[in-house]
Amino acid sequence: MSGTDTGVQPRRSGLTRRQKRAVSRGVQYAVFVAAVIAVGVTADWGRLQNQFAQPDLAERMFPDIITLALKNTVLYTVSGFVFGLALGVVVALMRLSSVGPYRWLAGIYIEIFRGLPALLIFIFVGVAVPLAFPGTEIPGGTYGKVALALGLVAAAYMAETIRAGIQAVPKGQMEAARSLGFSHARAMVSIVIPQAFRIVIPPLTNELVLLFKDSSLVLFLGVTLEERELSKFGRDLASETANSTPILVAGLCYLLVTIPLGFVVRRLERKAGEATK
Amino acid sequence: MSSTPQNPPPTREIEVRGLHKSFGDNEVLRGIDLEVGSGEVVCVIGPSGSGKSTLLRCVNLLEEPTRGQVFVGGTEVTHPDVDIDAVRRRIGMVFQQFNLFPHLSVTDNLTLPQRRVLGRDKAAAAKAAAENLRRVGLSEKADAYPASLSGGQQQRVAIARALAMGPQVMLFDEPTSALDPELVGDVLAVMRMLADEGMTMMVVTHEMSFAREVADRVVFMDGGVVVEQGDPARVIGNPAHERTRHFLSRLLDPAMADVENVEDAQNADDAARKSP
Repeated sequence: MSGTDTGVQPRRSGLTRRQKRAVSRGVQYAVFVAAVIAVGVTADWGRLQNQFAQPDLAERMFPDIITLALKNTVLYTVSGFVFGLALGVVVALMRLSSVGPYRWLAGIYIEIFRGLPALLIFIFVGVAVPLAFPGTEIPGGTYGKVALALGLVAAAYMAETIRAGIQAVPKGQMEAARSLGFSHARAMVSIVIPQAFRIVIPPLTNELVLLFKDSSLVLFLGVTLEERELSKFGRDLASETANSTPILVAGLCYLLVTIPLGFVVRRLERKAGEATK
Repeated sequence: MSSTPQNPPPTREIEVRGLHKSFGDNEVLRGIDLEVGSGEVVCVIGPSGSGKSTLLRCVNLLEEPTRGQVFVGGTEVTHPDVDIDAVRRRIGMVFQQFNLFPHLSVTDNLTLPQRRVLGRDKAAAAKAAAENLRRVGLSEKADAYPASLSGGQQQRVAIARALAMGPQVMLFDEPTSALDPELVGDVLAVMRMLADEGMTMMVVTHEMSFAREVADRVVFMDGGVVVEQGDPARVIGNPAHERTRHFLSRLLDPAMADVENVEDAQNADDAARKSP
């Protein structure tokens, strides 16, 4: 691009910059509309509707899909989040420790659990833990297992977020607390971590959205009818009726939660941005 | 020049002996000996990088000395077995950047440390908080958050927070350096009040008029050593050492410094620029 364009001299194309932009925008719109029309015309809507949008089938799913499946999804997510948050804080503090082995352990943990697919962790928890500790039940039954599996994965991500949050709190805060007679641990708990949490609430809420979707992996643990969450519930009904409408309805239920949560995240981010000004 | 042994202060609140501090290869303090008597106000002046803030931070062990001893109220702070948290309760510290806790209201900034560290109950902590906010003239800001206060107000709250802990010694690390010029006066007035009340104070500052009027003793540091110390009028008005004169002439309005000093300063500047 020539840096001497002043808008005064006509260019070779004979178009002003504004006209060029309008033409470029017009082409983009045209391509998009053409693509939508092409998909719309070529897709077999009748068959699609037959397979995915049977109103009577959808009706049959209520109220169980809300009172049972959505409720379980929320319970799995929240229990996984709480366990993951607690573990994440511990791992983050280990990562920041002045004790070398703590830092290495935390680093290894984070690399392993961020590097593995969540599905493998679920299978590991479902199979390896009962094998390793025969006769001992994970407290909370399926809920405990899910909290463990989801939490193990989430902790690895949250630990890095929380570590960054703690490091974003100015060093003077710790110094002020120490000079007032706080011990290092007490200063962390009373002064630094509360401020770090303000910084990391938006990314942690994002993590909650991710966990909400990952809770669908519960179906690899094997659950009772009463313990089914949205994905398992939808899939069971779909195979039972040989129709995919339940999958679509289950998907809409996920969006019912994730879209408002996404909205909350953006609001929190905006508020955090204003607060630091 | 060392402090006069014929006329020792009644009790030594702070005593520093042979203090050395290095950051890596950089030796910031090269053997400091200093005493601050009970009720005495000592201002530490000197060019930036002279080690004066590091000295202050070694007194309450925010920096770990490399060598030497520090005593506060008779307790050896540098002893490996000392309960440093207990010692720090007796030492108030005020920072250049205020360091109020932004997630707490002004009152909570004052009460939380009292309750967590001193174990005071809610009522006693609130009483001490109100009392000390009144002393710094900010009672009406009790419910405000730090972000809504001016720099000068924040620094006065920081002083009140330190005072609420009932310290025997107060350390001030360039308390007015981050303030707009018109806000400096209020903070200095509070410090002057404390000095008048007999608080033992060690103040790192560039405010020469404050040092001259309030300090019992001025300590000039350069290159990690105490170059000279003594009566403020003499150290600031008629320094015995060339380095002190040089520093003061650069700090004060050049029009007020005599011509010789200015020329010396310029020569020294030139020399400093030539040397690698």
